[in-house]
Amino acid sequence: MTKTATPEPLLSIRNLGVVYSTSQGPVHAVSNISFDVHANEVFGIAGESGCGKSTLIRSLLRLLPDNGRMDAGLCQYKGQDLTAMSDEAFRKNILWQEISLVPQSAMASFNPVHRVGDQIIESILAHRDISRAEARERSAGLFDVVGLQSDLMNSYPHEFSGGMRQRAMIAMSLSLDPGLIIMDEPTTGLDVLVQERILRRIREIRAEIKSSIILITHDIAVIAEMSDRIAIMYGGEVMEQATAVDMFENPHHPYTLGLKNAFPSIRDIGSELISIPGSPPTLVGPLTSCPFAPRCPFNLDTCHQANPESINIGTSHQVRCIRTADAKQFRKLAREKSTWRS
Amino acid sequence: MSANRLSRQLKNLRSGLAEHYRIITSNRLSAFGFWIIILFVVVAIFAPWIAPHEPWEMVYDRDGNFASLRPPSWQFPVGTTHLGYDLFSQLVLATRTTLLIGATSGLISIIIGANIGLVAGYYGGKIDEVLMRLTDILYGMPFLPFIIILISLFGRKLEFVILAIILIIWRTSARVIRAQTIAIKQRQFIAMAKARGCSDFRIIYRHILPNVLPLLLLYAAFNIAWSIITEASASFLGFGDGETISWGGMLYELWLSGKTRVAWWWFATPSICIVLLVTSLVFVSRAYEEVANPRLRKR
Repeated sequence: MTKTATPEPLLSIRNLGVVYSTSQGPVHAVSNISFDVHANEVFGIAGESGCGKSTLIRSLLRLLPDNGRMDAGLCQYKGQDLTAMSDEAFRKNILWQEISLVPQSAMASFNPVHRVGDQIIESILAHRDISRAEARERSAGLFDVVGLQSDLMNSYPHEFSGGMRQRAMIAMSLSLDPGLIIMDEPTTGLDVLVQERILRRIREIRAEIKSSIILITHDIAVIAEMSDRIAIMYGGEVMEQATAVDMFENPHHPYTLGLKNAFPSIRDIGSELISIPGSPPTLVGPLTSCPFAPRCPFNLDTCHQANPESINIGTSHQVRCIRTADAKQFRKLAREKSTWRS
Repeated sequence: MSANRLSRQLKNLRSGLAEHYRIITSNRLSAFGFWIIILFVVVAIFAPWIAPHEPWEMVYDRDGNFASLRPPSWQFPVGTTHLGYDLFSQLVLATRTTLLIGATSGLISIIIGANIGLVAGYYGGKIDEVLMRLTDILYGMPFLPFIIILISLFGRKLEFVILAIILIIWRTSARVIRAQTIAIKQRQFIAMAKARGCSDFRIIYRHILPNVLPLLLLYAAFNIAWSIITEASASFLGFGDGETISWGGMLYELWLSGKTRVAWWWFATPSICIVLLVTSLVFVSRAYEEVANPRLRKR
């Protein structure tokens, strides 16, 4: 699972922020996001609903709604500055060709009036100068890779089950050998057995292709299983970023600890789950305090006065918390249910 | 491989047509309308062979008498005019004009309306604003006066009648298609098409258009029906093409002759034809309306 970090990251993002202008004022859905995705790596982004995960990827793919505005200190893909690129050039050279997407709901992501195969062929032909027959052959190969029979290409989306549609979506995301595949909750809405099959398929595909993957999910178990490195998001910011092993053996941020508690472990069957009291911030207006402070059991007065900067602890482990020195003690306390009572 | 593809496409076309046939014949009224339209189309195609006389040819009965204002009989199935023109021939030949105007202006107007609606709905913002205000301006134009002025300016020519109808009639289809486009563009598969790097052109015509097609066909039928009515109204008021016989034109000649009270067969037949054809179109469009809006089916 461990990777030696290549000097030149595939995708490099510094201080990315997205603001939605709404009738209640500007909503800072995502702010101060910085991360690197290296070649041949699975980068997991986890967080609860409304933490800005989807906004983040929408901004990367330029799919923000009209009231959303993205600005970034740096957004570099393979050394190219993506923010400086025109929409037309981005569409022709980056979208799908270099960065593809497995969307949240594969159910609604196929056009109901076209055959599934034709939609995959369309994405190939939109970018490659090859004949339809060749594109068809390639799609059939992709169907094979994701474990679907190639004669299913002539079916319409409504004839597919949820799992089949998700697999077809993955086949589509692979169609142009992209450098980076963004998987936005690829297993949400599928039953556990199908989830497991899809994840196994993704793992198998990983062994065959060179693409990096950004895996977005609220399911800690999935992310732990699949990722090389993990970022935990809360309130539109990255709270903690570390390698998968580090994140689970040596977590520092109270939110990470809380999130880990909220998922059942096979070892403590019967014990009650500990949840984090309170609800996520509304994000109207810029943050003037740590976004997690109101729900944090370890908060100090200073936590409410300023939004902490990200601190490096170890070579590839960043935490946005002022109390990292007490992390060892937090880890012990966080396992007690009484700690999380508001 | 290409032969294979051709046969596949032919198969698709056949199953597509079969699907439309199934939609149209799914209820009795629209099936009735469909066959009436087919009948009119056949009459229009073979009109010169069916009509026994020229439209403005004076006819004589078997005894050699001048046939003026004759009621329907075996020789003149729908009677004659005061100038001795055979109304059956006029009716048959007028079918051609009416269907030509109806189909041409109906289809061109739906093409214009659909494109304006798709573009306005998809892009939104300023483009939408400009196109929709243009549509609003057309809504402010009274239908008949506009056509009358256009005809008076450019002359009583068939082309100008068609042009005038097209210029006015696309407005409703543009509005409806725009509304539907706005609804469809919110759907996830459109965002997905964008993520896949599809061009706007491709998204509009390959991803949105097929999804608004039932509505489009519905309004195509409406537009054809409205074109026919408008042409009849304009012709009745004397603003049709004087060189070509049409149903509205026949009623205009009746009005000029002043024989309305006497010659019931003269006004009854073109009127029945207009009502029958337009009603048939509305019946057929009802079938598509049920596809576009399935809730209607339960009523």
